[in-house]
Amino acid sequence: MGMTITQKILADHAGLSEVKAGDLIEAKLDYVLGNDVTTPPAIKIFKQMGSDKVFDKDRVCLIQDHFTPNKDIKSAELCKTMRCFAREQEVSHFYELGRREMGIEHVILPDNGIVFPGDMVIGADSHTCTYGALCAFSTGVGSTDLACAMARGVTWFRVPEAIKVILKGSFNKYVTGKDLILHLIGMIGVDGALYKSIEFEGEGLKSISMAGRLTICNMAIECGAKNAVFPFDEYTLRYIAKTNPKRFAASDYKIYTADEDAEYAQTIEIDLSEIPLTVALPSIPSNTRKAEDCRDLKIDQVVIGSCTNGRLEDIGAAAEIFKGLKVNENVRCIIIPGSQQIYRYALEAGWLRIFDDAGCVISTPTCGPCLGGHMGVLAKGERCVSTTNRNFVGRMGDTGSEVILSGVPVAVASAVLGRVGTPDEL
Amino acid sequence: MKVTGKAFKYGDNVDTDVIIPARYLNSSDPEHLRQHCMEDIDADFAGTVSKGDIMVAGKNFGCGSSREHAPVAIKASGISLVIAESFARIFFRNCINVGLAILECPEAAKAIEQGDTVSADFDTGIIENVTKNEKYQSKPFPDFINGIIRSGGLVEYTKEKSGI
Repeated sequence: MGMTITQKILADHAGLSEVKAGDLIEAKLDYVLGNDVTTPPAIKIFKQMGSDKVFDKDRVCLIQDHFTPNKDIKSAELCKTMRCFAREQEVSHFYELGRREMGIEHVILPDNGIVFPGDMVIGADSHTCTYGALCAFSTGVGSTDLACAMARGVTWFRVPEAIKVILKGSFNKYVTGKDLILHLIGMIGVDGALYKSIEFEGEGLKSISMAGRLTICNMAIECGAKNAVFPFDEYTLRYIAKTNPKRFAASDYKIYTADEDAEYAQTIEIDLSEIPLTVALPSIPSNTRKAEDCRDLKIDQVVIGSCTNGRLEDIGAAAEIFKGLKVNENVRCIIIPGSQQIYRYALEAGWLRIFDDAGCVISTPTCGPCLGGHMGVLAKGERCVSTTNRNFVGRMGDTGSEVILSGVPVAVASAVLGRVGTPDEL
Repeated sequence: MKVTGKAFKYGDNVDTDVIIPARYLNSSDPEHLRQHCMEDIDADFAGTVSKGDIMVAGKNFGCGSSREHAPVAIKASGISLVIAESFARIFFRNCINVGLAILECPEAAKAIEQGDTVSADFDTGIIENVTKNEKYQSKPFPDFINGIIRSGGLVEYTKEKSGI
């Protein structure tokens, strides 16, 4: 029987010629990832198990991004624990704040050319599913799984069933991958893909940039998916040629394609030209609406950034729309480039000047406000339009505050208008 | 292995941000996490839960963030079992790894009400609602998963198995 892309990657890494949905397998991992919230408990477990060396110092990525630069003493201790461990284990993918390689985990692992097509990655962060955009397999786990994976470089999986999403047509102006994934979550619900993988295909793929694909895969977890994956094409090729020319030149990657007779539990067709600028109202990502139908919702804050929408293309799009405009007098707008590289590019391209002229706050790369950590926590009764990935109760601050999820164009328009709005209103 | 306790009932899509809000993730100490467990949807939970009590919820329990702090917080609260219609994938895996007992049983999840006295047998998968005098059958875990839960988590299980 035929296999999906995900099933083929899993089979290969388990040393099997074939797997089918429901099989339990043990697979070799190419990369293992942790952050400043999930790694310290994993280090404790790693030591409790009596482990003394990570399986491969070049394949463990320890990224401090959630509560950095540290918001309080306890979070400073978390980073210190992680920093000491990284030094002791000589972990190569540990970077200090402010360094050129540094940034939000799911922005830098692809952008720094660490993850490549066909790779198998687990991370103690639910948004690890991001790398499916590169035709890799990646999924989120907890700290115990991280500890065991750091020690042995393997973990167990249940081979997932798949949902096929066939994309037709092309996006209208200002509509991006964020609108597509919000739309899909709205269609199938927050458990619509529970335990399953999502595989995209169709001529509509041409309309979706690499940044858009990373955003889409990033939010696959918000409909319960184990992973999401895009097929390898010329976009993937161009991206990896740029992010890691050495590995690219060595052809050190593998292209997986789905078999013609692969089995799918469900097939969904989406015409990209029918997707409107979309928002998800509180307090669940599936509570989607057309942005234009929410114009009466006044806001207090806008956040543009995160592992979902803090990429170069996102920050550039924000600058393009903001040019010559001002943030509404009742709104704070916080711009968070996803990495130091993006920050530097934005500086040299003049984007930071545009944001500063508009009256935005410009932050160093951090997850910060997305999870109510710092750099933009909300008070009771406040409402924020955010390009992040979750709008759960209390996610960005007080349980009486609200988060509305959107793509970058709606976020910028809303910052200028002081309410939910669309760029054509500017 | 059998547990008995009174039920704390919640709805669908209970996410890990409400199980343990991110503002408390600056420590992974179970005692610290226990104090804030369920705080954002049930402020009285930490003060009223007793050792052995049972949590019951709808679909997709534990969705959202991969924070293992969530099942650790529930376990530290004294909860002996979580019954739900379905669990989010990462949370499901984390529960087994930290030794928090869970059972998927739509029938039980729908019928059990707040405050009901409930008992469950992990070996047979039978859940009994003592208050309503009803029984529901869930699919029991295989022996090795029950073994992990009985040991108190994957680390303890691994240590036991390898004689550390």
